[in-house]
Parts: sequence; structure tokens; C-alpha cells
Amino acid sequence: MPDGSFAHPQQRQFNPYSDNGGTILAIAGADFTVIAGDTRQSEGYSIQTRYAPKVFRLTDRAVLAVNGFAADGNMFVKKVKQRLEWYRHAHAKDMPLRAIARLIQTMLYAQRFFPYYVYNILGGIEEDGTGAVYSFDPVGSYEREACRAAGAAQSLVQPFLDNQIYFKNQKAAPGTTHPAHLPLSDVLSIVIDSFTSATERHIEVGDGLEIYVVVAQGRSPQGLDAFRGAQELSTQPNGDRMFIIRRELKKD
Amino acid sequence: MNSFLTRYSSTTPEADIRKAKELYGEDEDFSEVMWGSTGGFGNLASGVPMFKLPSVQDPSSFLRMHTDDHADPSCRIKIKHGTTTLAFRFQGGVIVAVDSRATAGSYVASGTVKKVIEINPYLLGTMAGGAADCQYWETYLGIQCRLHELRNRERISVAAASKYLSNLVYSYKGMGLSMGTMICGWDKTGPAIFYVDSDGTRLKGDLFSVGSGSTFAYGVLDQGYRWDLTDEEAQELGRRSIYAAGHRDAFSGNTVNLYHVKQDGWKFIGNYDVSELHYNGPGDVPGATGGGYGYDIRVAGRTSTNAPEGEAGEGQA
Repeated sequence: MPDGSFAHPQQRQFNPYSDNGGTILAIAGADFTVIAGDTRQSEGYSIQTRYAPKVFRLTDRAVLAVNGFAADGNMFVKKVKQRLEWYRHAHAKDMPLRAIARLIQTMLYAQRFFPYYVYNILGGIEEDGTGAVYSFDPVGSYEREACRAAGAAQSLVQPFLDNQIYFKNQKAAPGTTHPAHLPLSDVLSIVIDSFTSATERHIEVGDGLEIYVVVAQGRSPQGLDAFRGAQELSTQPNGDRMFIIRRELKKD
Repeated sequence: MNSFLTRYSSTTPEADIRKAKELYGEDEDFSEVMWGSTGGFGNLASGVPMFKLPSVQDPSSFLRMHTDDHADPSCRIKIKHGTTTLAFRFQGGVIVAVDSRATAGSYVASGTVKKVIEINPYLLGTMAGGAADCQYWETYLGIQCRLHELRNRERISVAAASKYLSNLVYSYKGMGLSMGTMICGWDKTGPAIFYVDSDGTRLKGDLFSVGSGSTFAYGVLDQGYRWDLTDEEAQELGRRSIYAAGHRDAFSGNTVNLYHVKQDGWKFIGNYDVSELHYNGPGDVPGATGGGYGYDIRVAGRTSTNAPEGEAGEGQA
């Protein structure tokens, strides 16, 4: 044991990282995107808080979910928001989604030799009005996808999504084909089921669920009315619309 | 516009000062990492070191401690690995074929990775090793190639582009970058491939395969390779080689992405599911011989336990 004496060989290391559990998830539809995350924050087997948001609104049409080390995640979101504000001041408009994705890549890669321990999922509406999801690794490699789960229960949720969103290992009924995009109500049901199931089988997932829904300009948020308590966050009367749905998850 | 010109031109006094600054290792007037514009806000553009480093004695061992998943599978930051990529030169240009699997430990992190990086309409780079390293630096290379075009009114050669990249990664040697890439393209000299890796190796050649599945790909590739392959035969060989690696290497698979570089630039040929190739083949595409690639499919159920009649011990008549 290191006791301050030099009787025994000692080794110290700099370990600035911790894993705060939780899971995030995003699914893109034809003209909407759903981005969700649970709100439990834990370290080891202790729960630090039952409400620590992991999903953040960046612009009217972009939402960022962060997972991994909470301190790094919060600092990263803060810095992304700062860069987006500078962009707004310089160009008098919000940064487009694909540009935010590239910005996040360069910001993560700038920390290549001292990485943020953060897995990012960016969701929102592209300039052409389509729903989009971008997923990142901690040092900035990224890819546009239709759906992605990250975090503690990634390995539980992603296979479910592959099956339900991409219809992997499913055969279409004779004379039919699988739809390219699912309607909003189906996607929301899949998201809620993913989190209730992950809560059952993973100890680091639970407490609360926050679901952000971004709907492209001029499209009706059809299917959202079936979900009680959807709160509208839109700032523009006829721009893209953003909603948040909150749900409780099991707390044991 | 004028300030833009002076910043990037190589013949002005400003450029000479800039070169001198580079020689004496002074801070550049803009950060190379965050090349995005801040539009005059913030101070990213001056004074900051290029990369943030942890304040420890040995930054690279710090990085290794937290990211190297070969030495320590329990380390936190998992950088994606595992790949098969190949490229070869032949009479009709260059064929580039890659798989699309990314693994973090034994977890398949993604099955839809784009491992061919489209640097510009005439240059392709492949991705093996660290996904972010390849993606970031090959995008960066694309910027430098465009600046070369603007300065010299001429497209950069594949040799020059690859040397730019190899010099760049060599300057980071020992810092923990991990890339094994092939820079492929067509320039004045015709089709060209250069292998560049993060050790600083740079090799010109006709045929390369890189990644954990490269040995399996080489097996098929070497066997089927000729200079005078037709375009269709060459594309089929690329597809078939990546399939072989996807079949035998656990860290490779999912789908094949195929590109063909010709005089007028690269062209994306197609995306093929490895399982689909195994059972049904690539479908109705030029060069396909028809049927699945899997040998258990080709032998049509005939095995040692189910030999065709009259074949026990004696050859087929």
C-alpha cells in the first residue's frame, strides 16, 4: 500500500475517467427524428442521481445525446453550444445538421491525445427536410445512420433496433416488402419498449426517460397525440417542430 | 478575397514569413485541427496548441493506458478496429474493395461503415486501424489537395498526395495514431496506388490488402490476379476477395463496398451483403459467374458423409 514511505515500490497513475452508465438512442424517420436517453446517473453500483439529462436541444432542428463520462459529456455539450452560438452571431442562422456533425468530429478529434470519454449521437432534420441520425466514437469518427443505440445497454438495445427498424433477419410476407421508414407512433413505441426492457435487464438503466421528437417543417406530428404529455419546445411558429415526452422508468 | 489569396498563395512575402514561422516552430496563425470557421468570433484561430495533451509525464502512455484494447480489454475508451481492405492496379484502372464491419472488442459496433474515403473525384483512401484517424486525416488531405490545385492550377499527383499524408502521420510517430491506408487514384502517370501507414511506411505498388482479414483476401486476390483482367473480371475479383475475408475473419464482414477508378475519376460500383454473396452471389452484375460464393453452396450438399454415388475410393468416371 502506498503509505508515503519509500519502503515499497509504488506506482501512481492519472485516471481522469469514470463511467456513469445510462443509455441513449436515436431513430430517424422519413421526415422526423426521435432522440432519447434515460436519466439515471451512476458510478459503480451507486446511483448518484435519478435525474441527470443526457439529451440536449442544440438548435431548432438538432438534438445531441451524450453518454459515457458525465463530466466530459456536459463540458462537451457546453462547448458545442458555444460554437453554435458563435455561428449564429456570425451568419445570422442556425448551423445545418450536417455541419454540426462535422463540427463535432473536429471538436472530438482535437482531443485525440486526451479524449473526451463520450459517445455522441446527433439527431435532427437535414436541410432537405429528411430525418437524420449521426453517431460518433469518442475521437470523432462518424457516420449517418437510420438508428443507433449507445451506452451501457447498447448491446441489448441495438439488436432489437436492427430487427424492428432495419427488419434484419425478418422475411416480408409474400407479395409485400418492408417499409423504408416507420411512422412516428411506431417509432415512439419501439423507443419506449427499448428503454423499459433495458431497465429490466441492465442495472445502470432506469429512473426516467426523456424523448425528444423533431418533426420537419410543414409535416404534421401525426401519432404524437396518442402519447400523453408531449410538451412542445418549438420557438418558430412555422418552422421545424420539437417536442419532448417524459416517462418514468423503474427505479430499483 | 485578397486576404484569402495571400493566406494560401506560396509566392507572396506573407508566404515567406509563414514558411519561416513553420521553420522556427512558431504557432501558426490558424489552428490546423479545427479548420472550421468561427466567423470572427472566439479565439480558436490563435495561440492554442494544435492538440490538447494531458498534463502528465508521458502523454502517449496515458493514451495507451486508456484506449489500447489489445493490451487491456477492460479499458474504457474503445477505438474501433478490424478490417479488410484491398486495392489493385490493372489494365483498366484501379479496383478498391473494402468490408464494412467495425468492432470494439468482440462487439460489432457497426456493420455499415464507409471504409472508402472519397478524398476528391480522383482520389480514394481506404480505412484500416483507427476509424477517426483515417476519416479525419484523409478529409484533411482532401483540403490540402484542393489547396494544391488552387496554387498550382493542376491536380495533385497520387504520389504527392500520399507523401503529404505519410509525412504528416510520421510527424506524429509514437503518439498513438493507428492507420493503414491505401491512397488510390489516377493522375498524369496513369493509375496509381500507394500504401501509407502510421509507422511512416509509404510503398508504391500494384496490389495491396490491409487489415486483419488481409491474408484471406490476398489468397483469393493473388490467385486470380492478372494485369490484363477485364473491368468486369477485376470487379468480380475484388468482390470475391473481400467475401473470402468476411467469411474467414471474424473481425471482417457485413457488406462489401466496391469502387473502380478510371481516367475520368472514381465510380462507386456497388454494395453487396456478404451473406447474400455466400448464398446467392452478387446477382445480375457484370463479371459475376452466377450462383453463391460459398463452397458449401457450390458443392450442392455433396460432402464426405453424402458423397455422390460410385465415388467411394475411385475417381469420377
